[in-house]
Amino acid sequence: MSQKVLLTSKEIHIILHRLACQLLENHLDFSNTVLIGIQPRGIFLAERLAKILKEEYKVKDIDLGFLDITFYRDDFRRGEKTLEANTTKIDFLVDDKNVVFVDDVLYTGRSIRAALTAIQSFGRPSDIELLTLIDRRFSRHLPIQPNYRGRQVDAINEEKVKVMWEENDGKDIVYLVNK
Amino acid sequence: MSELSVNHLLGIKYLNKKDIGLIFETADHFKEVINRSIKKVPTLRDTTIANIFFENSTRTKLSFELAEKRLSADVINFSASQSSVKKGETLIDTVNNILSMKVDMVVMRHPNPGAGIFLSKHVKASIINAGDGAHEHPTQALLDSYSIREKLGDVGGKNVVIVGDILHSRVALSNIFALKLQGANVKVCGPRTLIPKHIESLGVTVETNLKKALEWCDVANMLRVQNERMDISYFPTTREYTQQFGINKKLLNSLDKQIVIMHPGPINRGVEITSDVADSNQSIILEQVENGVAIRMAVIYLLASKIR
Repeated sequence: MSQKVLLTSKEIHIILHRLACQLLENHLDFSNTVLIGIQPRGIFLAERLAKILKEEYKVKDIDLGFLDITFYRDDFRRGEKTLEANTTKIDFLVDDKNVVFVDDVLYTGRSIRAALTAIQSFGRPSDIELLTLIDRRFSRHLPIQPNYRGRQVDAINEEKVKVMWEENDGKDIVYLVNK
Repeated sequence: MSELSVNHLLGIKYLNKKDIGLIFETADHFKEVINRSIKKVPTLRDTTIANIFFENSTRTKLSFELAEKRLSADVINFSASQSSVKKGETLIDTVNNILSMKVDMVVMRHPNPGAGIFLSKHVKASIINAGDGAHEHPTQALLDSYSIREKLGDVGGKNVVIVGDILHSRVALSNIFALKLQGANVKVCGPRTLIPKHIESLGVTVETNLKKALEWCDVANMLRVQNERMDISYFPTTREYTQQFGINKKLLNSLDKQIVIMHPGPINRGVEITSDVADSNQSIILEQVENGVAIRMAVIYLLASKIR
């Protein structure tokens, strides 16, 4: 198993600020926009973006939620193991809101397909956008593309993108791992 | 990633502590789901579940059916009173006939102890025991422990007294297994005639004075007096039972602490529990019912994910 660094801590820092600015450009004061981090790994990115927007761009209030897609996945009973759920925490209605899904890696698009179904349980959003730190192009199974992307990578199926966050894994770094 | 150590839920006896923890964590997520405005998830849309009830049930059957529907499973219901069982069909034949209609899971209540275990050895489907005679009622014990955990934070180290007809109660046996597995201290309390011999071998203590038992406990689980299971008289009169083993407001107020009151239902109001206690803020009887759906969703989800 070998791994190479895709993004260093400094590059992640710059990309997060760029993504925050792109969100600001389209959503201004976030009065009608909600950020939804996709469990389990999208929540760190969503929290980070919300923090940057509040602290550095003086956005007063951002609705931030976490959405677990386990019960909406299309591979129940197809793998070897039981799919373990995570916490969903959405304390607001998404009716007529601009929803931004936030996830660390966009690969086949199946998680986002599940998230699109799952979010319907919380209302009918006005529109939904997708923000992803890493976009693995050429590996999509479904017609889903991100509106905001940190870095686009060409990775073959045997490779895996590993995103690590300081608050969870000790440091900010993205690896491309060859299995 | 963890999964259950069993392929069927036949009794708490066959589970380990980790299984119970996994069921509770999964139930937490389903409890959040059933409190949404849209209370349904599509997870089991390719799973068919048969509810086979050879004995009457209202709450358990409704709770299972609701749990199955909230998971989007296809559900078929069968009750023995309207079936070929009356014509002399055996249990295995009945169930195999149902299974040949491509059913993945069977939820069964049966008057004979061990019926679920017997079935699990002879048919190819995941079996959930919804009560087998005076043996076990595992989902009830799970939802009872889950409700205690929700109210008091943890089950381990708590003092729980089970009051009433321990002899005929599958709820009592499953509860004893579940509570002991999680490290609670368990006492049983009731007339001597309704406490099985050698019950101490399960690690519980016996008390025949209700007031003493209540002073000791954090939680009192009041069982129903099951007149239908009593072929002989186990106590002189219902009135005498109520005087000695029924809980009322006066008794509750005489304690120097607030204990939690539970009841598996259906309640005989004025027999084992008075209305003012059953409806008081110390009672978590209706929370038990709500948690029952979440617990059953968790059990069905976890077992269904092991079907291959």
